[in-house]
Amino acid sequence: MSFTLLTQSAVGGLLLGGIYGLLALGLSLSWGLLRLVNLSHFALAFLGAYLIYHLGTNYGVPAWLSALIILPAFFLVGLALHALFVHFKVSEFASMLVTFGLTILIESLIQWIWSADFLKYETSYAQESLRIGPLYVPILELLTLVAAAVLAAAAWFGLNRTTLGKALRAAAHDGPIAAAFGINAKRLSYVLAGLCAASAGVAGLFIALTSTLAPSQIESWIGVVFAVVIIGGLANPVGALAAGMLIGVSEALTMAVVNPAWAPLVAFSILIILLLWRPKWL
Amino acid sequence: MALNRNLIPGVAAAAVLALVALPFTGVADFYLSYLYVIFFWIALATSWGILSGYTGYWSFGHAAFFGAGVYTTATLAGKLEIPFLLTIPAAAAIAAVLAVGIGFVVFRIRTLRGEFFALLTLSVTYVLAAIISNTWIDGGAGVYLSAVEIPQFGTSVPGAIYLLGLTLAVAALAISRTVLRTRFGEGLLAIHDDEDVAEVKGVPTFRYKLIAFAVSSAIAGAAGAIQAVYVGYVTVGETFSITVPLYVVLMSILGGARHWAGPAIGATLITVAQSLFISGGQAELGRAGVALALIIVILIVPTGIAPKLFQRFQRKAEAPGPTGKPTLALVPNDSTVAPVLKDSILLECHDVTKSFGGIRALRGVTLQVEEGEILALVGPNGSGKSTLINMISGHFQLTSGTIDYEGAKISGLPPHEIAQRGIARTYQIPRLFDNLTVMENVQLCAAFGRESDSGETSEESARRWLAFTGLLEKADLLPPALNLHERKFVEFARALAARPRLLLLDEVLCGLTPTEVDQAVALIQRIRAGGTTIIFVEHLMRAVVALADRVAVLDQGKLLALGSPRETMQNPEVIEVYLGQAHAS
Repeated sequence: MSFTLLTQSAVGGLLLGGIYGLLALGLSLSWGLLRLVNLSHFALAFLGAYLIYHLGTNYGVPAWLSALIILPAFFLVGLALHALFVHFKVSEFASMLVTFGLTILIESLIQWIWSADFLKYETSYAQESLRIGPLYVPILELLTLVAAAVLAAAAWFGLNRTTLGKALRAAAHDGPIAAAFGINAKRLSYVLAGLCAASAGVAGLFIALTSTLAPSQIESWIGVVFAVVIIGGLANPVGALAAGMLIGVSEALTMAVVNPAWAPLVAFSILIILLLWRPKWL
Repeated sequence: MALNRNLIPGVAAAAVLALVALPFTGVADFYLSYLYVIFFWIALATSWGILSGYTGYWSFGHAAFFGAGVYTTATLAGKLEIPFLLTIPAAAAIAAVLAVGIGFVVFRIRTLRGEFFALLTLSVTYVLAAIISNTWIDGGAGVYLSAVEIPQFGTSVPGAIYLLGLTLAVAALAISRTVLRTRFGEGLLAIHDDEDVAEVKGVPTFRYKLIAFAVSSAIAGAAGAIQAVYVGYVTVGETFSITVPLYVVLMSILGGARHWAGPAIGATLITVAQSLFISGGQAELGRAGVALALIIVILIVPTGIAPKLFQRFQRKAEAPGPTGKPTLALVPNDSTVAPVLKDSILLECHDVTKSFGGIRALRGVTLQVEEGEILALVGPNGSGKSTLINMISGHFQLTSGTIDYEGAKISGLPPHEIAQRGIARTYQIPRLFDNLTVMENVQLCAAFGRESDSGETSEESARRWLAFTGLLEKADLLPPALNLHERKFVEFARALAARPRLLLLDEVLCGLTPTEVDQAVALIQRIRAGGTTIIFVEHLMRAVVALADRVAVLDQGKLLALGSPRETMQNPEVIEVYLGQAHAS
């Protein structure tokens, strides 16, 4: 096992962490601040990816343009979903079950429209990569990580440095008290729900560009990303990205050193160890 | 109408017998297989309910235990040619061991939240799937079981599988029903409503959750063993798919997860509905339909249909008999009157210290409580009174120091053991089990409290204490239907039903009207007359003076003064704490 190969794997893992972080962001914020465990976040991301694939492959629409259409649409989907949760006063746990059902619904829809086969969005720029010394850094994966970092930083700034963000955190901590101090948590929560759904759209864009698509893939992401969300700490955008990179690197190294098929074990082993160890930030 | 009720066991037995006889009547295999599928889901959903429905720890990892069973049989019967019937108990055992292993780890987490448990069990499914598919157990290609010999019990192979499925479904239902009607089941339901309180009332929550998890998983494992030979070819993808937890959860919610028959009703409805509306080619549409049903059910009927169904049925069946038994004498019975040994120490706190992070809530409190006395704990807000109560009842672990009770160390023991030794407490804000009736609330505490030496059943005991607190008419109501005064008295009745030698009362008078306060004071005096030692936290000085033999004043986590009410209240330091410097001089 050469040093270069190991480093190359580590870089690959770090970049993989970008997509984990991107998916974990919306989930972590909605769980931590809205007390809604949105399992359908993954399905939504894949729906976005499929739409981008479809528009690109059949009508030649560039990915960025599709994304521009999809993001506002997803924002509205997020609002609608949140309206449903609010109307039926869905509890934290019930939200998980409802969105679990929703995930299956979207998965069935995807399978019905695009079949269960593996699809790949082919672009002219898909294979391009930077060369740094002996290492190759694929551009699209790098962009994913950059996007994840930018969104995480923006979310962190929004939550910690703006009045609106502080109000949101206060409302999540104790709704009635925050309301007594004049915080309109309702409107804020709708905005947040919309933004989380839109972030699923961003994740979808990069999934379309870098991954192979199949409806069965949706479920394969749920476990890992949940591990990332919990390890990163609820409602902690930067933590989610860091945890994503941690899991990504450990997975990639397992693949390189042991055997690719064992990689799924890593995320959950880390999760289980952390749950036992129980550090303060968990 | 009463006849109707006596008929039920007979009808049930006849139905089971008819089902057993069915394969011997020459019914086409198709129907047997169809019924088997229903039995399979009944067994699986019912088994899920034993842990998740009763305790509220919802598992999304039922596929892991079902899959452990599938692969146990695939390996033992398919590869090692061990007789199939022997592999069923083996599958159940392996699934149970797996569950105990997982439970041992996750149930130790004190602040384990429901969603974390759901995700952890889901994670376990992925881990197990990865291990099985990467090792010789499966290797990624699947395992054929077509060569496995299945005993036919005098019918055909489908007939035999049908009979096995029927046996397992009936067994699962019988186990689930039995569990619900025992102390064990009461404990599980209490865990669902408020786990901390259940533990403090004497329910060994850790052990109970572990046993429920093991039983639940064992049945799932056995179901997996039978399913393995039914399908004949098993793969990791099919076995550990999300379908199993999805269906099981939906069936249980639809039927009602807290009722023993709920999951079975849900399983039957969904399996039949699927076969009626969906022809084979559109399985995907069926899955979507089930998902949609899940969403609608959770949004519209969160408690499921079984409770409503059975309520209606029972209302019809129950003859309008006399409501409630004759009221029992309003005196504590003799068994609770412990010999009052004056000057004997019941409880001793030695240098008790508690820190929460950097905050030191108690800084070395040393005090003794004599058998038969009433000790009042007073002090300003945040002085550590409730913390001390929580330390004695075992809810919090000590940072340092020791607590001895009846001459033995109790600090460090789990709360349920402390409760069973005869220490009971009430909560400042009543924390009743909201889904159990008032009667069941009290009965549970009687069942899990200090051992009874009078041979009185927990029901008799509960009835007596409800009469004592004047709540007998409210016995069949759920706690949310009561007012604050009544809820506080249910807290009293619960604590008393546990036959305590030491009773800890945390601000029981707070929020009561003056008349209610007088009633409560009289009640406490009657309790002490029964021989129970009492420590009570109180702000209301009138009550403290009326009740207490001695008063302990806490300030900022330290014991400021201890003595008779009069001398303590004249202590300048105490006056300073209460009224400020100016009044002390």
